[in-house]
Amino acid sequence: MLYAILCYHDEDFVGSWTKEQDEAVMKKLAVVQDKLTKQGRLGPVARLLPTTAATTLRKDDPPLVLDGPYAETKEQLLGFYIVDCNNLDEALDVARDLGAANPGGAYEIRPVGLFAPGKSGKVPA
Amino acid sequence: MTTIDTAWIDAALTSARPQAVGALLRYFRDLDTAEEAFQNACLRALKTWPQNGPPRDAAAWLIMVGRNVAIDEVRRNRRQQPLPEDDQAISDLDDAEGEIAERLDGSHYRDDILRLLFICCHKELPATQQIALALRIVSGLSVKQIARAFLVSEAAMEQRITRAKARVAEANVPFETPGAVERSERLAAVAAMIYLIFNEGYSASGDTAEIRKPLCEEAIRLARLLLRLFQSEPEIMGLTSLLLLQHARSEARFDADGSLILLDDQDRSKWNQKLIAEGVALIDKAVRHRKSGPYQIQAAIAALHSRAEKPEDTDWKQIDLLYGALELVQPSPVVTLNRAVAVSKVRGAEAALEMIEPLAPRLANYFHFFGVRGAFLMQLGRKDEARVAFDRAIALANTSAEAAHIRMHLDRLMRESQAAGSKAGK
Repeated sequence: MLYAILCYHDEDFVGSWTKEQDEAVMKKLAVVQDKLTKQGRLGPVARLLPTTAATTLRKDDPPLVLDGPYAETKEQLLGFYIVDCNNLDEALDVARDLGAANPGGAYEIRPVGLFAPGKSGKVPA
Repeated sequence: MTTIDTAWIDAALTSARPQAVGALLRYFRDLDTAEEAFQNACLRALKTWPQNGPPRDAAAWLIMVGRNVAIDEVRRNRRQQPLPEDDQAISDLDDAEGEIAERLDGSHYRDDILRLLFICCHKELPATQQIALALRIVSGLSVKQIARAFLVSEAAMEQRITRAKARVAEANVPFETPGAVERSERLAAVAAMIYLIFNEGYSASGDTAEIRKPLCEEAIRLARLLLRLFQSEPEIMGLTSLLLLQHARSEARFDADGSLILLDDQDRSKWNQKLIAEGVALIDKAVRHRKSGPYQIQAAIAALHSRAEKPEDTDWKQIDLLYGALELVQPSPVVTLNRAVAVSKVRGAEAALEMIEPLAPRLANYFHFFGVRGAFLMQLGRKDEARVAFDRAIALANTSAEAAHIRMHLDRLMRESQAAGSKAGK
């Protein structure tokens, strides 16, 4: 079963990290990701740009375009992982490992219903 | 989690600071009291957070604790006099009251933060004092850190900030929730101040660029904060985009000796593509509003430069048009001078030179005018005139990097004329 691990954290807080702190967190996360990759369990991983770069389309008639993220929350959706796990316990273990590497905030673990890996080869720098 | 990294707590306190100090300022209507209350709350946080874990809402926690400590202090000072009865329980806010306090803050915090930023932009304060004050009060940088970035002594910076604070205290910025017009005026003043902070870091010379870089990073943090509060303001999107796009080039702007490298000669692989992506995304969003403004236009120009993989890919025609638009909304000889550079690429140095000649009286003491003029003359083969312009530019250079850059042109002219001379002599 594929699980999405959705990463929520206070964007102001993450934005207050120095470059060194940010790099240190990314490095620790990479260790967890490498382990999953070696086990052949890691799907796509994304870190999203700040919510200030977000735009929301409300599917009204006609659709309404709004600046900013869908919901104003204390913690924002900042990224996600797709991980192959046998059950929820395994998915929670992965989330715990990730959480130890990057404390604070929360992970939402959601089983994936439909997954299309896609073919866009474009990778942001 | 039993232990919390102090670096983690620092980041939490830094990110909560604008909201917390802004709310405390609204309660106490006095900057010093608000800052002291925040400071005391931070001390409590450093004591209790490592054991109890961080609160879910750090800013609300700091506001409540800061307020209670300050009120306790007032009461202690009043102990000698009989205490009014209803003052008794103020410091013992229970959880329910805490929640009310938090909700109140939620509805006010946008204007709280804006006010906090706005009091730093007092019209009578010189730009450097505005910046220093904002970095101290809003960003929470230490006097030592600010002094370092401004390359002055700590004592001098302390004095500068104290003086600025006194001025601000006299200014009596109103504490009522601002109306729409007042709010948009505040927003414009704050945007200009954030741009000043950025430029203070960006205009550094090569030998000081690394020391002053935090100013650029702080300006970007403040711009993002402002944009999060005012999500639909195209000019704030433009400002944030502009800062991100310019900062994206910082690793490529100086050579090993600290000399400035012009855009055309920069190693574009050193440009930060993540910052560029964010900057381009923001200007894309802004343009959709069809409410153009100076920051958006400048960001659009910066975005065109960022999109060019090689200098020759640059869309100079579009840049010329954008500078034309900028001349309309923000007429200034400096904008025309910048436009002339684009014109020189599209229509040649002759047309560009013609464009800048009328600016001469107004830019008679402006380094870049003579640098650009010299470059156009050099392209046209008018070497003697070019040399005169470059000499004048060197005399007006603001930084050693600027002077070094012009000297490079002069050396080239010299070499060329020597080569021509020795050829003629044979």
